[in-house]
Amino acid sequence: MWGGAARPVVLVGQKVLKGQLLAQSQVHISAPIHAPVSGRVTAIGEVTAPHPSGLGLAAITVESDDTDRWIETDPVADPFALAPEEIARRTAAAGVVGLGGATFPAAVKFALGKRLAVHTLIVNGGECEPYLSSDDRIMRDFAEQVVEGARIIMHAIGARDALVGIEDNKPEAMAAMAVAAAAFPEVKIRPVPARYPMGSDKQLIETLTGKEVPADARAAEVGVLVHNVSTCAAVYKAIRLGQPLVERIVTINGAAVAEPGNIFAPLGCLVDDLLAYCGLKEVPARLILGGPMMGTLLLHGRVPLVKGASGILAFTAAEAAVPEAGPCIRCGSCTRACPMGLLPLEMAAHIRAGDLDGAVGYSLSDCISCGCCAYVCPSHIPLVQYFSHARGELSARERARLRTEAGKRLAEARLARLERDAREKAEVAARRKAERTAAKARSGTVKPEEETT
Amino acid sequence: MSSGSIEKPVAAPYAATSNSVRRVMVIVMAALVPATLFGFWLYGWPAVYLWMISVAAAALGEAFCLRLMGRDARTVLGDGSAWLTGWLLALSLPPWAPWWIGVCGGLFATVLGKQVFGGLGQNLFNPAMVGRVALLISFPVQMTAWVAPLPIFDAAAPGPIAALAITLKGMQPAFDAVASASLLGFAKTEMARGVDLAHSLLQAPLQAWYGSRPGSLGETASWLIVAGGVAMICLRTITWHIPVAMLLGIAVPAALLHAVDPARYLDAGTHLLSGGAMLGAFFIATDYVTSPNTPRGQIVFGTGCGVLTYVIRTWAGYPEGVAFAVLLMNSLTPVIDSYIKPRIYGRDRRGAALEPGK
Amino acid sequence: MWIAVLSLTFLGLALGTLLGVAARYLAVEENPLEAELQALLPGSQCGQCGFVGCAQAAAALARGEAAATLCPPGGRAVAEAIAARLGIKIDLSAVQDDGPLLAFVAEEICTGCCRCSKVCPTDAIIGAAKQIHNVIREACTGCGACVERCPTEAIGLLPVPVTVPHWIWPKPAIT
Repeated sequence: MWGGAARPVVLVGQKVLKGQLLAQSQVHISAPIHAPVSGRVTAIGEVTAPHPSGLGLAAITVESDDTDRWIETDPVADPFALAPEEIARRTAAAGVVGLGGATFPAAVKFALGKRLAVHTLIVNGGECEPYLSSDDRIMRDFAEQVVEGARIIMHAIGARDALVGIEDNKPEAMAAMAVAAAAFPEVKIRPVPARYPMGSDKQLIETLTGKEVPADARAAEVGVLVHNVSTCAAVYKAIRLGQPLVERIVTINGAAVAEPGNIFAPLGCLVDDLLAYCGLKEVPARLILGGPMMGTLLLHGRVPLVKGASGILAFTAAEAAVPEAGPCIRCGSCTRACPMGLLPLEMAAHIRAGDLDGAVGYSLSDCISCGCCAYVCPSHIPLVQYFSHARGELSARERARLRTEAGKRLAEARLARLERDAREKAEVAARRKAERTAAKARSGTVKPEEETT
Repeated sequence: MSSGSIEKPVAAPYAATSNSVRRVMVIVMAALVPATLFGFWLYGWPAVYLWMISVAAAALGEAFCLRLMGRDARTVLGDGSAWLTGWLLALSLPPWAPWWIGVCGGLFATVLGKQVFGGLGQNLFNPAMVGRVALLISFPVQMTAWVAPLPIFDAAAPGPIAALAITLKGMQPAFDAVASASLLGFAKTEMARGVDLAHSLLQAPLQAWYGSRPGSLGETASWLIVAGGVAMICLRTITWHIPVAMLLGIAVPAALLHAVDPARYLDAGTHLLSGGAMLGAFFIATDYVTSPNTPRGQIVFGTGCGVLTYVIRTWAGYPEGVAFAVLLMNSLTPVIDSYIKPRIYGRDRRGAALEPGK
Repeated sequence: MWIAVLSLTFLGLALGTLLGVAARYLAVEENPLEAELQALLPGSQCGQCGFVGCAQAAAALARGEAAATLCPPGGRAVAEAIAARLGIKIDLSAVQDDGPLLAFVAEEICTGCCRCSKVCPTDAIIGAAKQIHNVIREACTGCGACVERCPTEAIGLLPVPVTVPHWIWPKPAIT
């Protein structure tokens, strides 16, 4: 979720227009950032990250001048006349990332799809977390954008057809999408059962195509590529309108919100401001970025909206109440609930005992953190937190190992250098001595016995 | 406006099922109510007293251990598991057993069967069956002193006061007449005397399909036990795998051997409705803690319980084998769990990643 | 009685012979443990364990004369790896590990004497004479050898600051 940081290309005090580039991506898996409003750059520094740690994150603060003047855009009337590489380039430049939550740069996925000859684009309308309805709204109100965005992506990756998976509890979205896709037989609307976690790539791919993505492999390796409906709409805007990703639809919900709903919010605006816009009935007992199953806890609302945030939930104390965790009674509910076929209770037991490798042996790496196991647990054991903890520890351990190895290489290089230096010094000394003795020998002062020593 | 304040980070999901350990235990106890009430009616006040004593002893044993460990006994007892253990134990005892049978059994069950392993979720063996087997081995006479049914409102039945005497001082001479043998015990004894089933069953203890026969509370009311078990399956408290596998594990060998030699082997129906077969299949073997986690593992476990029950009943020294069978299979649960795992998405059964081409 | 005595004698002889043969033909030529242990250690020869270098520490570990937790720069990760290789259980809470440490130079006190850069086992300190020195974060192993050498106490060790991508969820409290 946290790719390489982008490098700022503006200065404090500089005036910027909406859509102007603020920071350039530096590494491969990274996306540029554009000004979501017109105004003036007031700070480049750290703000609190929308993250449970409450740690800082590099950010550029832009103060709006309330005019929302766009920078000059470069719309494309016929995207299908563009080369696929040009579409990928424009998508990358527009900073479009997966808006379902993973925030993986869309253009990187395009390149992957092209390279692995993907034949089917899967459009993910399987929004499945409770409380969230942003994808539903996008499909209902912007179906044409979604369908055209999907067709542009198909063109970019060379896919033959697109399957739009929409959960069967969203009949309006399905109807709107069917109308929008009526003229394009290659875009097929497919109802999928409304069963969490249908919005997970792997589960949606299996439901729509019957194929399983092999472990440790990418979806593209079975010939499909998944993009969220909101991402498709963002690609449409990036290519057809030339607009970079500067806003996103976000669901504001939770019992503490006076008027819950979906709004288009500029990226980077404060969560508190969005909540104030919708009105709060009471001080929320818990703030969540994303959905209740996989979302992120926010320590407070003074954090910016990020590209991957599909919802902001403000829970009342009653909604936020978490029952006290009890001992595992091995009821197997988690095993039955796990969409990946894992044994959450065994993994958690190993992690609890500090045996991280034991948990890896139970395929911790296959866990998609969907939260099904922790949701159904009658003992309310925070299983996902155990898994997140273990993953963090394991990657820290891996970093430490790499660091140790690098240090060892450096130490060996230094020893080699010291040895070389010493040898060279000795050689130089020997040469000097030889020269001296030769010079003395020429002057005839050296006795023969001395030469032998 | 400011919203929320700093709190200890808790990971998603931020929603939870309304199910809880307590709810599970309450459902299981509720499913036991009809069978228990029927047993009370059938065996009168001594059965009521024994039930109360067993449940109280199990709870006390648990509370004592929790106190020793310095844990809050009240909240842990509130999950209901100790009460359920005492209840299941009471259903497996001779209804007119003296008070100390209930006390010893209840203490054995929760102290030795559960808390010494570390409490709820840690025990290897089913606590109620540990209690029952410990009693059966320690006090074989009292544990096989069955009585013929004597409905609670029958004129000959002991009243609340007389029943108290039975519970406190043991079987009174006035009621010796009702002492009887359970069907499985009777058949076994007769067989040992050389009387084959064709003859012995003619004089077998009173049999009634609805359960009016000598036996434990949980043995007589087989159909009510089944009803409770089916209700638990419908409420998804348990799955069908263990009960069906266990009952088939008893019925299939019983039917086969009965077909081969009816004079030596009881028929499948008798096997299923006698002893604790139904109680064991629906309430004992399905104990979450001591049974495997995966459906396939549960089928293996249930089948093992059933076949072992049949083997013990038919060829071993004891007429009844559910408790031993369940305990033996409990000890195999970790093995079953380590060999039978679900297939992981994207991997084959052995855990290797699938081929992308497939 | 003789049958019992003879059969037991025979059994003892036969099994003893078998063991002797096995010991001869299945013998492991040399102990590869030492080299493997040395591979696990950081290799910066910092000497904080009390041995001259990592090779000597590995030898002591292989002989069972040193604790698996002997390496301060390696921290928890190395202690775990050593314990796993030796097949022993260790109490990790005894390992003082505040996460990785990095050396830093207090620029206002640094005199540019170059003593630190000479002792750094990984060449992580750069700076010419009379110039303020600097630590290359990627190369520093946090061994602390430089700290002792600095005449002006301008070098110290600081924990690597936790960043969002490297933040770890706390383990849930055990109930």
